[in-house]
Amino acid sequence: MRKLVDTPELRRNRQVKGKVGQQSEHESALKHVTGKAQYVDDIPEIQGTLHTAVGGSAYPHARILSMDLSRVWSAPGVKDVITAQDVPGHVDIGPVFPGDPVLVESECEYIGQPIFAVAATSYEAAKQAVKLADIEYEELPAVLDVSAGLKEAFYVRPPHSQVSGDAIVAIDAAPNRISGRQYVKGQEHFYLEGQASMVVPTEDGGMMVYTSSQHPTEVQKLVAEVMGLPFNQVQVEVRRMGGGFGGKETQAAPVACIAALLAHRTGKPVKYRMSRQDDMVMTGKRHDFLNTYEVGFDERGRIQGTKMTVTGKCGNSPDLSDAIVDRAMFHAGNAYFLGEAEVTGYRCKTHTVSNTAFRGFGGPQGMMLGEQMIEDIAYHLGLDPLEVRKQNLFGKDERNTTHYGQLVEDFMLGDMISQLESESDYQARRQAIRIFNQTSPYLKKGLALTPVMFGISFTVQHLNQAGALLHIYTDGSIHLNHGGTEMGQGLFTKVAQVVAEEFQVDLDRIAVSATRTDKVPNTSPTAASSGSDLNGMAARDACVTIKSRLTEFASEHYGVSANQIRFENNHVVITGAPQAEEDNEQWVSFADFVQLAYMNRISLSSTGYYKTPKIHYDRETGKGRPFFYFANGAAVSEVIVDTLTGEYKVLRVDILHDVGSSLNPAIDIGQIEGGFVQGMGWLTTEELLWDDTGKLISNSPANYKIPTAGDIPEDFRVKLVNQHPNAEATIYRSKAVGEPPFMLAISVWSAIRNAVASLADYRYAPPLDPPATPERVLSAVSATRQYLAQVKGALEEGVK
Amino acid sequence: MISFCLNGVWKQEYDVDPSTLLRYLRSVQGLTGTKEGCASGDCGACTVLIGNRNDETSNDWQFESANSCITLVSQLNGKALLTVEALANRGQLHPAQQAMVDCHGSQCGFCTPGFVMSLAGLYRQANAADSIEVNRQDIVEALAGNLCRCTGYRPIIEAGQKMLSMPEPQSGVQQQEFQQPGSQQLGSQQKSSQHPDPQEVAIWCPPPVPDAAAKHNAGGSLAQGNRSANAPVTEKELQLLLADDPNARLVAGATDIALEVTQQFRDIDNTIYLGDIDTLQAITENDQDFVIGSAVSYSRLESLFDQYFPEFGGMLRRLGSRQIRNQGTLGGNIGNASPIGDTPPVLIALGADIQLMNHHGQERWMPLEKFFLSYKKTALQPGEYIRSIRVPKLGEEEALKVYKISKRLEDDISAVLLAVWCKQSQQSIADIRVAFGGMAAVPMRAASVEAALQGKTISPQVFEQAGQQLQKDFQPLTDVRASSGYRLQVAANLLQKCAWELMSPDQVTRIEDIHGDFSGEGQKHA
Repeated sequence: MRKLVDTPELRRNRQVKGKVGQQSEHESALKHVTGKAQYVDDIPEIQGTLHTAVGGSAYPHARILSMDLSRVWSAPGVKDVITAQDVPGHVDIGPVFPGDPVLVESECEYIGQPIFAVAATSYEAAKQAVKLADIEYEELPAVLDVSAGLKEAFYVRPPHSQVSGDAIVAIDAAPNRISGRQYVKGQEHFYLEGQASMVVPTEDGGMMVYTSSQHPTEVQKLVAEVMGLPFNQVQVEVRRMGGGFGGKETQAAPVACIAALLAHRTGKPVKYRMSRQDDMVMTGKRHDFLNTYEVGFDERGRIQGTKMTVTGKCGNSPDLSDAIVDRAMFHAGNAYFLGEAEVTGYRCKTHTVSNTAFRGFGGPQGMMLGEQMIEDIAYHLGLDPLEVRKQNLFGKDERNTTHYGQLVEDFMLGDMISQLESESDYQARRQAIRIFNQTSPYLKKGLALTPVMFGISFTVQHLNQAGALLHIYTDGSIHLNHGGTEMGQGLFTKVAQVVAEEFQVDLDRIAVSATRTDKVPNTSPTAASSGSDLNGMAARDACVTIKSRLTEFASEHYGVSANQIRFENNHVVITGAPQAEEDNEQWVSFADFVQLAYMNRISLSSTGYYKTPKIHYDRETGKGRPFFYFANGAAVSEVIVDTLTGEYKVLRVDILHDVGSSLNPAIDIGQIEGGFVQGMGWLTTEELLWDDTGKLISNSPANYKIPTAGDIPEDFRVKLVNQHPNAEATIYRSKAVGEPPFMLAISVWSAIRNAVASLADYRYAPPLDPPATPERVLSAVSATRQYLAQVKGALEEGVK
Repeated sequence: MISFCLNGVWKQEYDVDPSTLLRYLRSVQGLTGTKEGCASGDCGACTVLIGNRNDETSNDWQFESANSCITLVSQLNGKALLTVEALANRGQLHPAQQAMVDCHGSQCGFCTPGFVMSLAGLYRQANAADSIEVNRQDIVEALAGNLCRCTGYRPIIEAGQKMLSMPEPQSGVQQQEFQQPGSQQLGSQQKSSQHPDPQEVAIWCPPPVPDAAAKHNAGGSLAQGNRSANAPVTEKELQLLLADDPNARLVAGATDIALEVTQQFRDIDNTIYLGDIDTLQAITENDQDFVIGSAVSYSRLESLFDQYFPEFGGMLRRLGSRQIRNQGTLGGNIGNASPIGDTPPVLIALGADIQLMNHHGQERWMPLEKFFLSYKKTALQPGEYIRSIRVPKLGEEEALKVYKISKRLEDDISAVLLAVWCKQSQQSIADIRVAFGGMAAVPMRAASVEAALQGKTISPQVFEQAGQQLQKDFQPLTDVRASSGYRLQVAANLLQKCAWELMSPDQVTRIEDIHGDFSGEGQKHA
């Protein structure tokens, strides 16, 4: 370790680098840009490593009558072929509830569902071999869409309601009533690094698993269970992922399990890296939702009663759908008071791949319902949707309880919306756009401001815990490990900054290390935006433990009281020590001090632990405080739409977002911009499509279009809320930032709808189910023109 | 044998798998900095730079970005190849790398090497051309083929802007940093730093070819098992190879054929790469027309088309990505005969002819529209190849309008492509050709629409009425890109839009031309 030049002048003036609040670069930035950052597929292969490909079901719902894999076995390079019968332990690897066989035993439930797996000497050989299987099926009736599932009450989990007051009575009593429905499509994660695992058998008959997973503990558990091993025989390591977004929370485990089964049988290291197309076909996505509302409101658009349903298309198994539909229910009202309300969630089973976690975890789909409802009210009344949004925001003293009974504390959105409205020049631009639209023949502009209020915590209580492990070595360098995983979100950087802050040492003194189940056990997935909240606190706890040992030692050693010792500028400073220099202080470099502590037999290693306080939710009553706090944001988007083609462009976006006191503003802004653009893709160009036989036809980046550099607004202004620390005692009063900004993109969808609504002078709410592809926008244009023709026709009838 | 300069060191290969460059880099060379994101040329994570010597006498090399996942190893003969591993100079980052770090341009980092290479390519071009103005749009264009799912691109575009103001790395002499295959062992890095005697190699100006015979005396070839790949350098060689195997697969840019290897895992037994043949790379011009060699890349056509067929040039910017346009060719787009190829409808509207040549050296010409027989079937006979395309220039009173409709503006395959060539006389239509892609099994003209427009005065109403004829000409498919109904409706609406634009050519009418402060009163940007 490089020694610092140590003069009293420097000690005092040279600030610690990389403390909390600084814009430190990503811990792997240098490795990213030089190509040195290793992902699972980059790990040098041990000689004899085998490669995997999987054969999947040809039908959405079918019974396997017979399977002849002899041609697969005899294909060049093939070393092993396995089916469900070759699984020594559990076949079912459902993460929460059963329903996910690692390989199909007899009944296939979606096209592409893994039936058998091949290990071969090369990836190409494995892929060519799986094509040679001869499988005979008996086709069974398939349920492919959510409305069919809803009609037949074909659920993966039972329905569930949150009720506050009597919605029907309130709606009936209101002066205005409307109802509506929307179908919100799902989304492919499209992490740039596909699913990948490499499994190396150990000398004890166990498994060392290198995987790209947000949930190493679950990979450990499931690999152990399919193998019939105790958990301690399976170690899982995740250094980094090439993107996760929820798609590697449960979906990484089957990949690791299949590789482990093959590694066990062959005794060789086995790598299973999915091709992009297999990944798109065989792994779960964001849920489609079919949503409905009925709402009663007054002349100003203020809501009095709301009845909503949200129905998730869960696919063939429960996976995480129970909690995902719960979150759609929690967020169906977004930042608005729903009056007397009833929100019901359904979890429909379909014979399609089981849908899973994706940034926002059902929240975005629920929020889309609330936002469409608010706009529908506005267009019904002929008001600017922003006015109706403001009318319905939660209050500070009244109208401040959610439909699931959580008191909304420290509500910030009223002020944030005012600030954004003024800083984005909303009203003047609204005026200019009205004028533009009156004169432009077919290009029309739209503008929308939408808020986001997103609850932070796992809604499954036991997951809200975390562990960390911290070592200080005798040269003063620090080794940090915790249960969170790095998927690009900058978690490792932020948690290291927490440690730098605690010890007041430079960030480069702290080595972050791969997440490993043998370092920190029994961890929760890195999900629910909770990574920094949980792991930052756990790491801090470890720091506090070691610091108190060090402080106690220093106080004895220097004969001073504990409050005369502080950590500052890479030093330990003792006030009033016998050897004090100027200012009655003695400065000992951190490294020298640590060495001294070691010589005096002070433990320099500690675990840390954290569990989130205050939260509870009773699913029976649908009431509680599921969220520790809310993260807030608001966005204004302006778009221009070509009403001849349905094409559009986002011209300008202004965002104001609340991250409490930021741990790292550069990383937080990266999450906000990245989340926004990913959300924009979900609502605009990214369209999942299945054909009538249940086959995914949007199965490649050639036909599934995530945003490119050319799609982002040229004028893109992102600001963090200033000077508003989290009211709850989170890690340095920061707030979670992973998921909430995703939903800021609803403003783009609203702005497109607003541009189309201009055709009917904003008196008609154009039907625009997302994604708003050019085709769907043109269809909304046609519907609006038809409405106009009807109105005109009715008027002419009236004149006659 | 083929030889190429990999990160400053010439390599000779004889019996490697004639598969993709990405597989070669990762599996044979152990260069895992280049990533596989999609293996279909859609994400750019595998981007590398491929250098061509500008002429035989100098050592000036021009580098272009390419998707290594859909480039075949056999396309590399005589070329220079740069991967991300070679970019940093003795630990000093290339401006593209430094700017990406400074601007927080990486999050998960998986796409980052690809972005760095695309940016480094842009940096090289900007500096080579002696301070050409590079604006935000140029950066976006250079990056449109690189997908990032984390950052939202803003910091990456900013890195592109910042990089351009940073000084060029000194002298272009780089330290060979990447490891040789088999040398990946612990401690090797320390070892190299203890022995500061680096093997210095010039990555941007490769050293002379060690064996002069390796380049241009004869073509390259690779063989492994029963698979072979050839890269002839003369048409005579090509004709001999075709005489030997008239059904050999012809490879121009490989941007489509490589998908058979990477997506369907097919073995292609015998390929012939056309890009090393100078005569197929030629562009000639006379008063009436251009004759464009079939292996000319889209990138080389951009400035030419900007000058002579601005709407064709504009559409090229939305055809694939920079990487694809550096590799893909006009001849490949025609020979591939996809009903959603973007250039055939435009060339048909322009009245282009196509020159075919066979292995006996006999040529024939035909109008391009006769070349497409049915879905993916063409008039090309075994042993024949496309030699050139003759494109007539626009005369007085002639206009070309081109419209591309896709879900995403950049790097997307068209749902509908419309090209209209129109000769006006006063305000009326003296002659018109209306060609569509995406509406039928082949790119084709809309005969009924054309008939309804001939001789008429231009107005949105006239074009709207003509659009009603579309259903006589086409029964388009519903597929992943669009429904049949949308294709018909948007095709009809595009005809109306065409009328608007012919009547007032200076108005801004295209979404892609509109920028942040657009108020509707402005005229088209220069």
